[in-house]
Amino acid sequence: MRYLEAGAAMVALALSGLALIGSAGVHAAGAPARVVSINVCTDQLAMLVAETDQLHSVSYLSREPQNSAMSEEAAAYPLNHGQAEEVFLMRPDLVLAGTYTRRATVALLKRLGFQVEQFPPATSFDDVRANLRRMGTLLARPERAEALVADLDAGLDQARATRSGRRVALSFSNSYTSGVGTLSQAVLDAAGLDNIAGELGIEGTERLPLETLIMADPDLIVSGERDYGAPALAGENFRHPAYRALARRKTFVAVATKYWVCGGPFTLQAVRILREAATASPSLARHGE
Amino acid sequence: MSEIAAYRLLLASLALATGILFALSLMVGPAGIAFSDSLRALVLGGGGDETREAMALVMREIRLPRALLGLGIGASLGLSGAVLQGLLRNPLAEPGLLGVSASASLGAVLAIYTGLSAAVPLGLPLAALAGAVIAVLVVQAMAGGGGTLAIILAGVAVSSFAAAMTSLTLNLSPNPFAALEIVFWMLGSLSDRSMTHVWLAGPFIVVGCVVLFRLGPALDALTIGNDGARSLGVNVARVRLFAILGTASAVGGATAVAGAIGFVGLVVPHLLRPLVGAVPSRLLPASALGGAVMVLAADVAVRLIAPDRDLKLGVLTSIVGAPFFLWLVWRARREQA
Repeated sequence: MRYLEAGAAMVALALSGLALIGSAGVHAAGAPARVVSINVCTDQLAMLVAETDQLHSVSYLSREPQNSAMSEEAAAYPLNHGQAEEVFLMRPDLVLAGTYTRRATVALLKRLGFQVEQFPPATSFDDVRANLRRMGTLLARPERAEALVADLDAGLDQARATRSGRRVALSFSNSYTSGVGTLSQAVLDAAGLDNIAGELGIEGTERLPLETLIMADPDLIVSGERDYGAPALAGENFRHPAYRALARRKTFVAVATKYWVCGGPFTLQAVRILREAATASPSLARHGE
Repeated sequence: MSEIAAYRLLLASLALATGILFALSLMVGPAGIAFSDSLRALVLGGGGDETREAMALVMREIRLPRALLGLGIGASLGLSGAVLQGLLRNPLAEPGLLGVSASASLGAVLAIYTGLSAAVPLGLPLAALAGAVIAVLVVQAMAGGGGTLAIILAGVAVSSFAAAMTSLTLNLSPNPFAALEIVFWMLGSLSDRSMTHVWLAGPFIVVGCVVLFRLGPALDALTIGNDGARSLGVNVARVRLFAILGTASAVGGATAVAGAIGFVGLVVPHLLRPLVGAVPSRLLPASALGGAVMVLAADVAVRLIAPDRDLKLGVLTSIVGAPFFLWLVWRARREQA
């Protein structure tokens, strides 16, 4: 037993020693020089804010065009799969992660002495601003972050000019929908649309049974990504004859998942798509007028 | 009361229960449509009015296929359980335990996630059927004359292997949702099925059930043993072939659209056997109705217990089935002692 403990202690010591070597590259000024991001949302914020060569690696998801609005930019960085060993070998001086993903990895990296900063998922545009500013502080690039926030605010002000008040149903894979307290709701608000989830008392992301969707009779049906290159039952709800009959009678809008799965300046694109669809459709303000 | 009269009474009450549960299945749903409105929408359709049109869509395209599939799938599972138990003269034989359901699931998974089902019109049910046939053949070949234990062990092996391959296939799919769908294929669900599924699975279920029903007299003869049945002019090899094909068609079709629903084929024939005087040909129609009752009841219950959660059907059938299984074990031990 004693030998075991001694062995474990030695291993821990050796690992922490390695970690010290790993973090030897910290700049004197405090700006991290070798940043590794293991979450698709922090990947994108870091790519936007970081200086050239400051960001060392992004997660593999950031190169997937379905999930990442910056998949092209991500091609310039070495990829990681968010595994502790892999991150360890990259010898980062700052690790960026999400709050709810890869918890075991984050805990291990912290134990090994790395500085790990976790970002909560954005559920509003205030969160997006806060995350951008925090990223600016961490990477010692506050001016760049402020500039991005200013761009975002300008885009939002432009979009907020009018409110069409049309009723929208968000309809994602597996019949899920989003209501109060989600970024999707914030996007709908910014686009001047009303979410039927509010009438149905749906908060957060919940299942919206097909029956309820049909009876709620929305003006617009908004859906996310539907093509993942391989089939799955998750998309069955879009192929259901009842769903297609409804979609034929209503205005159907597809907003790519990558624009609003993470909150960022690119989320403005989702707002624009929705505003255009709502104003362009011929059956404008058919209900409740 | 004569035996025949008692049997007819049993069938009539099972049919009545099936009818009531079928109607209940049409009435239960999140949309909360009044009874009279839903009936009118189902029979007469929308007739131009926007709300009525929506109701008709809900009744005809969402609830009707769900109820029809519950009926057909329950009947398939109950009936095939009764036939397999009679054929193998083994109280534990049923599609779930023999690995038929799991293998049919694997066939369906391979067809759907490789894109075969989208490319070939009947690819999905045929792949599930092929999976089911292979499972029965493997279990039979492995078990040979080895009796109950050999059959169950072979069934467990085939089930685990098929389940593992299903998980592997879904984990390897590039679609991020595929891995989450393992639960559906293991536990089964009728949530948001459509008429498309009814037309896809229905013919296979009907053909399979017809084939299985016709085996009744042969199964009666088999109760006196293979040799005895042969002396009565029963072609045992033929009976076996039709039982395998019938089961594969019915269970394959059912599993292709609803996943693997366990325990129905085990519990239902067991519960009904004492009530029909242990005559296999009488057990078949009773088990078909009993299976329909069990699956329809479970499907109504999942909608009542957790309306927003999409609770899987297999959760409920297993809650009923597993204690029953334990009771079987306990009874077997007591008989041995």
